[in-house]
Amino acid sequence: MNDQVKVDEDRAERVEKLQGMGCKRKRVEDVRFTQGKGNYVDDLKLPGMVFGDFVRSPHAHARIKSIDTSRAQALPGVVAVLTAADLKPLDLHYMPTLAGDVQAVLAEEKVLFQNQEVAFVIAEDRYIASDATELVDVEYEALPAIVDPFKSMDDDAPILREDIKDKMEGAHGPRKHPNHIFEWEIGDKEETDKIFAEADVTIKEMLVDHRTHPSPLETCQSVASFDKITGDLTLWGTFQAPHVIRTVVSLISKIPEHKIHVIAPDIGGGFGNKVGAYAGYVCSVVGSIVLGTPVKWVEDRMENLSTTSFARDYHMSTELAATNEGKITAMRVHVIADHGAFDACADPSKWPAGFMNICTGSYDIPTAHLSVDGVYTNKASGGVAYRCSFRVTEAVFAIERAVELLAQKLDMDAAELRLKNFVKAEQFPYKSALGWEYDSGDYHTAMNKAMEAIGYDDLRKEQAKKREAFKKGKTREIMGIGISFFTEIVGAGPSKNCDILGVAMFDSAEIRIHPTGSVIARMGTKSQGQGHETTYAQIIATEIGIPADDITIEEGNTDTAPYGLGTYGSRSTPVAGAATAVAARKIRAKAQMIAAHTMEVHEGDLEWDVDRFRVKGLPEKAMTMQEIAWTAYNSPPPNMEPGLEAVNYYEPPNMTYPFGSYYCVMDIDVDTGVAKTRRFYALDDCGTRINPMIIEGQVHGGLTEAFACAMGQEIRYDEMGNVMGASFMDFFLPTAVETPHWETDFTVTPSPHHPIGAKGVGESPHVGGVPCFSNAVNDAYSFLGAGHIQMPHDAWRLWQVGERLGLHN
Amino acid sequence: MIPGSFDYHRPVSVDEAVGLMGKLGDDALLLAGGHSLIPMMKLRMASPEHLVDLSAIDSLKGIEEIDDTIILRAMTTQHELIASDLITDKLPIIQETSLVIADPQIRYKGTFGGNVANGDPGNDMPAVMQCLDAKLELTGPDGKRQVAARDFYQGAYDTLREDEEILTSVHIPVPSSGHGYAYEKLKRKVGDYATAAAAVVITMSGDKCTSASIGLTNVGDTPLWAKEAGEILNGSSLDNATIDKAVSAAEAITDPASDMRGPAEYRTKMAGMMMRRALERAQSRAKG
Repeated sequence: MNDQVKVDEDRAERVEKLQGMGCKRKRVEDVRFTQGKGNYVDDLKLPGMVFGDFVRSPHAHARIKSIDTSRAQALPGVVAVLTAADLKPLDLHYMPTLAGDVQAVLAEEKVLFQNQEVAFVIAEDRYIASDATELVDVEYEALPAIVDPFKSMDDDAPILREDIKDKMEGAHGPRKHPNHIFEWEIGDKEETDKIFAEADVTIKEMLVDHRTHPSPLETCQSVASFDKITGDLTLWGTFQAPHVIRTVVSLISKIPEHKIHVIAPDIGGGFGNKVGAYAGYVCSVVGSIVLGTPVKWVEDRMENLSTTSFARDYHMSTELAATNEGKITAMRVHVIADHGAFDACADPSKWPAGFMNICTGSYDIPTAHLSVDGVYTNKASGGVAYRCSFRVTEAVFAIERAVELLAQKLDMDAAELRLKNFVKAEQFPYKSALGWEYDSGDYHTAMNKAMEAIGYDDLRKEQAKKREAFKKGKTREIMGIGISFFTEIVGAGPSKNCDILGVAMFDSAEIRIHPTGSVIARMGTKSQGQGHETTYAQIIATEIGIPADDITIEEGNTDTAPYGLGTYGSRSTPVAGAATAVAARKIRAKAQMIAAHTMEVHEGDLEWDVDRFRVKGLPEKAMTMQEIAWTAYNSPPPNMEPGLEAVNYYEPPNMTYPFGSYYCVMDIDVDTGVAKTRRFYALDDCGTRINPMIIEGQVHGGLTEAFACAMGQEIRYDEMGNVMGASFMDFFLPTAVETPHWETDFTVTPSPHHPIGAKGVGESPHVGGVPCFSNAVNDAYSFLGAGHIQMPHDAWRLWQVGERLGLHN
Repeated sequence: MIPGSFDYHRPVSVDEAVGLMGKLGDDALLLAGGHSLIPMMKLRMASPEHLVDLSAIDSLKGIEEIDDTIILRAMTTQHELIASDLITDKLPIIQETSLVIADPQIRYKGTFGGNVANGDPGNDMPAVMQCLDAKLELTGPDGKRQVAARDFYQGAYDTLREDEEILTSVHIPVPSSGHGYAYEKLKRKVGDYATAAAAVVITMSGDKCTSASIGLTNVGDTPLWAKEAGEILNGSSLDNATIDKAVSAAEAITDPASDMRGPAEYRTKMAGMMMRRALERAQSRAKG
């Protein structure tokens, strides 16, 4: 008995020393970040480096009559001014987008959105470059702009993309209009229409997930350095997917891929904004090739907000059919997707509307039909996944608002309606009507736990009282209870349905054990703040028994890291995390052979014990991983090659499907429209939890961005196509003062197909958070007959709801 | 976000600064805390050839009371106003206002005089100065003169200060002890300009209001002194009908722009709502 206690204590001590999976290991990267010692692109200084800046269009839509760069070129310190005329002979005035379209690098004949890049000025210092942009004379002929995506396909709409106006076959099939990009359709239309025609109850609403921007604190930037002697190009930049950038640069510049060295140093947030390729990257590369000196390009805040990839702008006509008892029988959705001037969506290539077909959500909806029309407008291009997997925030917003509207129509409690329609635990793996196979889930358990934690029934009672008091004029405050229950789809993805420009969406890990038992590991992903240096080390620590503190994680250098598709769509843990576990297991398998040989036993006679192999039945006979590492290099078994390392390129068999149950309690001052979040409770199930502290941090961050999007963050245009409020003066980026307090909770339903059962969490809180806030606002006003209230829910818009309802008289 | 080039001057006395401004003419701008001017320069909405930095002039700093008048020197920072016992005691509305200007980091640098003299209708102090009937002391080549805050503001960034003049101090009559006050500011987030804000100072005698003064922020090209609204309240018992009438009078003088903070109609109504709430709070604080 005593001996067993001792053994257990010893084991617990060794487990703790590893700092492996499941422990709240402190983020190792924070040591440098909190001391201002991070190393970002803009920190890079190279000898002879010059600086670029853009001349940008003041118009949303205009013909360029002439560009005269002579005054700028005459300014002392200016070394070059590039225009489309300089790029065209190199075939670089357009670049391919990830969505199969092309995008202007520098505008040739027309500008298609305000602040579009027209010329690139390069000068010896940043100030001169900026001065010189004012000396480039561009003559424009203004043209009518399309701002409303519903007018893009009008018969008399001005044709925006003259470069492709005769190309009626797009990357995703036929185009119906010169301003049409694609139509994408999935599901059984005929059966869906039939169910709707015969349904007891239906609801239909235009749900708008408005245009916003991921707005990372560090803007997009690059430094290109071309060596004219060797022909090597080194490109430092804010890249969420450095290898993809290398491949794209090679394809468009014709420089062989082995001559291109892409380095993504520390990145100050990405949230999808740093997946795509931008004109600044291309111009810094061309500038360096032309000049033979390094060229730095650093965007300012207004450029970032007004020109680099936006998010959302989905206009979703959403319908549900149900029985009188509240069983949902069908869903029908049609989307007008505003993609701006170019289709530069960063989705897997076969998915022009991302994974919008996850829109049946957490519910067992037998039949559904979804169609999406993408259109061009005179706005910046993009449509990236802002802290979500591809179009999943849009999809979850649609279903979670629709379910609330249905509950209202049925006069049924919204939580009860959800419980009635959830996919049941025993139905997993669950095949959805729109083609996905959900890997695992236990929705009822999560929902019930959340309802109990928030005190749902008491909240509804309180709300009923407050509503009475409001009607009697005793208070000017109304109370809303927001619910959302989301199912994410992350971890793109299996090569059968996921690729980017033909590159399959695997990811990779390479682990090398040094003779003394410390480790370096490299991945094809790239952290932008997610804490990869901390969490990947925890996976390896648990798998091979070497303390996480003895493991260095390195990402972002394409010369040293194995090829991978990068970090976005919550794919790092589901894909590269799986690669890490599989590579680590290869190492452990070799270590087992070495240990068996050294201890002169059969491999099968060994058992793994935290950080060592023991001989079964002889517990004192053991070899630690450190000892095995030394042996692997210096006295391996005969016929075994020395060394201890492994690589894995992981092709995921399926996506992972994290889910969660969120509740928001909100009080709204009807006289000012100011909404205050009283409570926000978030229960997340992301499968196996690698580092609970990092998960909690991710949830806090994702909820904060959800709060921003729902409650006021937007990129707005006036009717002329002028972008409004593209600075932090106007763009709502909440500070700690405005941000609500977050209560977090969890359940654990591991992914059955992932080596460690983890599903990914970075984006769940955003996906689930946005509809939760919007549902709280809508719920608050519902008893007054408000109907659906569109986001963003900033104070003036809510005040206008009060005006409409006559609440201020 | 890259400013154009400029020459930088750092005078050590008011005379030297006034001399520089006279010599450099309208190519020069005065730099106080810089939190309005420097962003404008980075956006190239302001491109001065000369910047005259006032931060080395010691005589522009400090707070004192002389003969029932508080004298606030122009380069006093907002943080210093918050920390001042004299302000806490005599002019608590200035403290309340300072606390809703930007954030602590900016308040360490941002100056009272800059906020008053800049002429941006979004600045918070001007309406408070109008409410308190402050006098602005301007020093120029011909010496000193005083202008009432209620007269000073002519339009957005347009004031009665001549290019070569410097706002050196602000003179505020001390309100009666026991006065009620409040500054109510509706804003979207920390650091934002007001969607609308109202400054209210009242005195009460029993249930009767014996004086009322109201200033409004960011609901017109200039800060607004709601003279008529104050007159309506004065002498009343602050009953609902009178308050409604005064609020309507205040709303009537607003002319806000429609912007990301909301359409004009909303901002006008919020000016009224902020005034209503400020009045309620001022009344609860008034003694007498």
